[in-house]
Amino acid sequence: MKYAEIRLSGAGGQGLGLAGRVLAETAINDGYNVCQTQSYGPEARGGASRTDVIVSQDEILYPMCRELDVLLAMNQPSADKFGEFVKEDGFSLVDSTYVDQPPAGNVYEYTFTRTSKESFGTPLVANMIALGMMGALTKYFGLDAWRQAIMKSVAEKYTEMNLEAFELGHRNGREILHVKEGRVDLAYDRKQPVPDWLKKIRERQKGQ
Amino acid sequence: MIVPWGEEELVQGNEAIAMGAIASEIDLFAGYPITPSSEIAEILSRYLPALGKKWIQMEDEIASISAIIGGSLAGAKAMTATSGPGFSLMQEGLGYACMTEVPIVIVNVMRAGPSTGLPTQAAQGDVMQARWGTHGDHPVIAMVPCSVRECFDLTVRAFNLAECFRTPVLLLADEIVGHMRERIAFPGEDEVEIKCQPEPDVPIEWYEHYHPTASNVSPMARFGTGYRFHVTGLTHDAHGFPTRKVEEVMAKLGRLKHKITRRLDELEDVRLHGLEDSKVVIFAYGSVYRSALAAQQILAEEGMKVGVFRPVTIWPFPDVTAKKYLDDKEVVIVPELNQGQIIHEVERVTLDAVRIVPVQRIDGYQITPEQIVEQIGEVV
Repeated sequence: MKYAEIRLSGAGGQGLGLAGRVLAETAINDGYNVCQTQSYGPEARGGASRTDVIVSQDEILYPMCRELDVLLAMNQPSADKFGEFVKEDGFSLVDSTYVDQPPAGNVYEYTFTRTSKESFGTPLVANMIALGMMGALTKYFGLDAWRQAIMKSVAEKYTEMNLEAFELGHRNGREILHVKEGRVDLAYDRKQPVPDWLKKIRERQKGQ
Repeated sequence: MIVPWGEEELVQGNEAIAMGAIASEIDLFAGYPITPSSEIAEILSRYLPALGKKWIQMEDEIASISAIIGGSLAGAKAMTATSGPGFSLMQEGLGYACMTEVPIVIVNVMRAGPSTGLPTQAAQGDVMQARWGTHGDHPVIAMVPCSVRECFDLTVRAFNLAECFRTPVLLLADEIVGHMRERIAFPGEDEVEIKCQPEPDVPIEWYEHYHPTASNVSPMARFGTGYRFHVTGLTHDAHGFPTRKVEEVMAKLGRLKHKITRRLDELEDVRLHGLEDSKVVIFAYGSVYRSALAAQQILAEEGMKVGVFRPVTIWPFPDVTAKKYLDDKEVVIVPELNQGQIIHEVERVTLDAVRIVPVQRIDGYQITPEQIVEQIGEVV
């Protein structure tokens, strides 16, 4: 990937600011230049707020998004508002918990918020499930880059839950790809034993 | 370590300004938080008390600027940060600091106005207010950053210039730059030069707070060091006491002007791209400069050469350099996030034969490279 414009949108409080930071940190971990902007209007408290992340191998001149490679829409207003900006070969990823009329074009749907509630007892990690799925579907960045970014950006207390949510999203994303493309080339599987980085965190938390 | 010297980090523009202030050894921040500048106050509130420095939330912006003027007179390196509505209130204090020659740094992260306007979207509506907002003839130094790295660098430079020129220095960021996060490489600690006012070296009884010197800037004693001086906004003599004597008034106001106009080479900071062989130039500052560069790139791919002229220090305006590079051009495009402010300065310094074309946007969104390209297509 040489250049990509990614927009994360939804209602204020759905954790898109944090998701944007994680995405930006991930891109940096993989050596890309990054520019992240965020809407600070009244819509930051509901409606359609957005975080834009531009990822590029070259210097980023114009810092705003124009044609989106990826749109994440976590609610209906943002799907309505930003759907038209997605490029023809780009795709939208929508939270079907809230979006029942997805935008035109390539769309992936998943119940991020509902799954977050069911699997983790809180809607708060819906953003990480969404990022995980986006990570799998785009294949832009390596898994390690994602994990390190999450560990850096999320408060230590919640790191494990966020990482698990990310893994869950990533797994489901790969399953979608598996159905679509017939293979998944990432050496990562749900049968894998507990990875070292997760062990470390668990030990650290036990020690406290 | 608060400033990640020599490291690469994902940093927000406002965060970089706060780090620049800490790198400049700031002693006092007094302010009244307002979006899109609030992060500066917030971040400094986290770090300054821990460093043994002072952080005060004042009751409003007039109090904020007054507090940092007082702090600076007592020897503190002082800064405040605000946005348009607060900057309007600070004008009185700004004039007072110019007149009393007190070094302070004021950050204005510009948002769309007038009044409370569009909270909180970008604009460049305060560049003329920065120049002429406070009453009377007065010196102004103002710089406009375009990236997160520049937010850091120019904050350091703002503190240095304030000390070297004994005057308020303005940093005019805008919402886009202030809220943007970028991956930046911080300079090494030894690469950043921090300048301070020289202490007066005369005996206490000889000290004059506004002593005439060759540079028009006199060493400034701080309150509490034994030196005695008077501070007033009234036009004053070398000791700081009010005067209406013609020669003293002329000397004071002359010095205020000349300390800037006779040292322009130290202040001027411009970025020039492809000006030699182009007939069309985009004159852009701040975040719009990045749109200009992107437009230049788009046009280059289509085989058209366009130059970009960018003043980093917007006040004092780079009259001579702008004239030198723009007078032989056919068209100068001036994109701005306002209804035309700096365009008049460009018109003022260039020959009438040069066609000056505006590209303006006031809806709170950034001017796109395509808008500039389109305008160039129409006029060329």
